[in-house]
Amino acid sequence: MSTNEWPLWEVFIRSKQGLNHKHVGSLRAPDATLALENARDVYTRRSEGISIWVVESVQIHATDIDEAASFFEPSDTKIYRHPTFYEVPDGVKHM
Amino acid sequence: MTQAEKEIRFQEKIDREIKIEPNDWMPDEYRQTLVRQISQHAHSEIVGMLPEGNWITRAPNLRRKAVLLAKVQDEAGHGLYLYSAVETLGTSREQTIDDLHSGKAKYSSIFNYPALTWADIGTIGWLVDGAAIMNQVALCRTSYGPYARAMVKICKEESFHQRQGYESLMKLCSGTPQQKAMAQDAMNRFWWPALMMFGPSDADSTHSDQSIKWKIKRFTNDELRQSFVDATVAQAEILGLTIPDPNLKWNEARGHYDFSEINWEEFWQVVKGNGPCNKERLAARVKAKEEGAWVREAATAFAKKRAMKKSA
Repeated sequence: MSTNEWPLWEVFIRSKQGLNHKHVGSLRAPDATLALENARDVYTRRSEGISIWVVESVQIHATDIDEAASFFEPSDTKIYRHPTFYEVPDGVKHM
Repeated sequence: MTQAEKEIRFQEKIDREIKIEPNDWMPDEYRQTLVRQISQHAHSEIVGMLPEGNWITRAPNLRRKAVLLAKVQDEAGHGLYLYSAVETLGTSREQTIDDLHSGKAKYSSIFNYPALTWADIGTIGWLVDGAAIMNQVALCRTSYGPYARAMVKICKEESFHQRQGYESLMKLCSGTPQQKAMAQDAMNRFWWPALMMFGPSDADSTHSDQSIKWKIKRFTNDELRQSFVDATVAQAEILGLTIPDPNLKWNEARGHYDFSEINWEEFWQVVKGNGPCNKERLAARVKAKEEGAWVREAATAFAKKRAMKKSA
């Protein structure tokens, strides 16, 4: 069995209607059906969820941590994207 | 960036309370310390199921049985969160489990003591889970993200473990003289092993200084042990149980309870594998893996068959 580990799955749970699925952890399972059942037993023993997604970990593509500074740089320099950048007289209401 | 520069930058992050995540650069020794500590913690959750699991069929009533079953199931889940956290450090799960079975990896020495009577189950919940919680609450702020997140979830679930144990002892202590005596006997046997759960004294703890500097640990073994004693004395009084330590007394100047020196000879003997149940516990884990192999193989074969049908 040691050369034949089950694939790793990432588990996402929607805790209630109206909220996003959120990453809660991972587990190993031979297929998606068992991954969902295991996720239920491992991550929702106390009514933590109403919907579960499982995604094989190898299917996830992520940004490179070493490139993070340059990758996210464009959004750090554009302070005019925030409402606080603009001056409005004190008397102006509902804005 | 040179190695030294990377290490300085790493320590700056730690000092600024920025969590370390799986793909971040980290010193090899930080990674190794985490693998050792988290896997040891995971193994403790799994081996910890054995003394309690043994009592599920002998629980005195349906309520206690359902509670014990839920607790043991939680421990399995907690082991799994922690094995997942170890995997984020680049160690395979198979390897982690094999290291337990070969005796290379350790688990909490408390589980090498037998659970002889029903009162032991209540006492394990109260003292053993109580000591574990003391340690785990501190670890919710550990510097490695996946470990900290696992701890938060575990702490949330574990508070019932201690309460159910205390409630069960409350019942025994207000029962017949025999039941009360059974509770006291369990207390006598578990008190010292529970204090040993916090590990060697700070003077003898090889990894302590560096772990504190890296904020893997937030408190030393002796600090946590003292907090546990301080919190537990009043709880024992309410139960009407005597803590088996003639030197236990409040020290006004220190603002803490004084207590006797731990029998470190016994501690090291159990750590080295010579406790009452070391061989039995490991044998049970190895047996479970070997005898469960066909289930894992069948599940793999079934998954393959289903995938083939889908693609056909």
